[in-house]
Amino acid sequence: MSADPAAAARGRRLPPVDVLTVASLALVVVGGILMASYVPRRPPLAAPSALAAAGAALALASVLLLARLQRFAWDRFFAVFGWALLAYLVSAAMIGFAFIRDHTSGGPLALVVVMLAIYAVDVPLVIAFTVARYASPPYSPR
Amino acid sequence: MADTEPLQAGTVATAQRPARPAVQVVPLRGLPVVAVVVALVVAAIAGNWMWALTFCHVVGGGLWTALDLFLGLVLGPILGRLSVPARAEFAARFMPKMVLIMPTLVLMTLAAGFQLALREGNLAPGNPNHAWLIASYCVVGVMAVIALGVLEPANIAVLFEMRKQRPDGEVIARLMRRFLYTAGVTGAMQVATLIIMTRVATQ
Repeated sequence: MSADPAAAARGRRLPPVDVLTVASLALVVVGGILMASYVPRRPPLAAPSALAAAGAALALASVLLLARLQRFAWDRFFAVFGWALLAYLVSAAMIGFAFIRDHTSGGPLALVVVMLAIYAVDVPLVIAFTVARYASPPYSPR
Repeated sequence: MADTEPLQAGTVATAQRPARPAVQVVPLRGLPVVAVVVALVVAAIAGNWMWALTFCHVVGGGLWTALDLFLGLVLGPILGRLSVPARAEFAARFMPKMVLIMPTLVLMTLAAGFQLALREGNLAPGNPNHAWLIASYCVVGVMAVIALGVLEPANIAVLFEMRKQRPDGEVIARLMRRFLYTAGVTGAMQVATLIIMTRVATQ
């Protein structure tokens, strides 16, 4: 094990949490674009639902991979995740407000809420993971 | 000369200046300004307030595009040629501001723009601007994934690194490389946005 904690943090191989989360975010963004392209008409929900489901599955996979990490800077991760989650919940709420204001309702609104929820978790997750992976010491004492 | 003193491997030199700037990840003094902008956007959407929607979209979009192009094409290459300590000091002062400025501009531009397009009837399938707006969604989608999934995490991680007693120059350089790699894509997307928006405004 390296005596230099910075070098140890740099050299660690971690599961691809960031890659999976960004892929999840990309799927949700594509689903959002598909839905927005139909406004003000009612959009077909099949493709956006499939994209949202795939996005949710990738987000879940990255959470599971993250949860299996034994030695990780969890205190730093949760501190960053909490504040980022607050910021992105505000952002998601604003987008949701715009859809409600424009009379989106029923199935399309439910799907928009699901996509916004994935977005509001994905971004804080990738931010907190990126910060925590370079924390010194590279893991929280348990 | 202080600037040519050898650096300890892997660390940003901190001893060459008496006081390293304290790094605040989120500049709290800027939060009231963000709150005012968000309140303006919400009021504009809630009231379908034409002037405010146009103001938010044009001002936000203009600043967003200009900042992105300036940072990617002008400032970025200059920063890439600076020494690691110089880059680190610049980042410590500059990046906290970007943590507030960019998301606020993006939110202002997109939320107001979508509402404006809806109000003007540009989203109707028969409207000549409809296809251009779908293209702009795609452009914005690419930029959103890059900004939210790649650049913002790097920006915040750099700021946390800068807060350490001995920031690791290699980590900062590794994270900052993301800005260089994505500058071309972001620049191309912003030029596409300028073309699309000027088409939409003149059809």
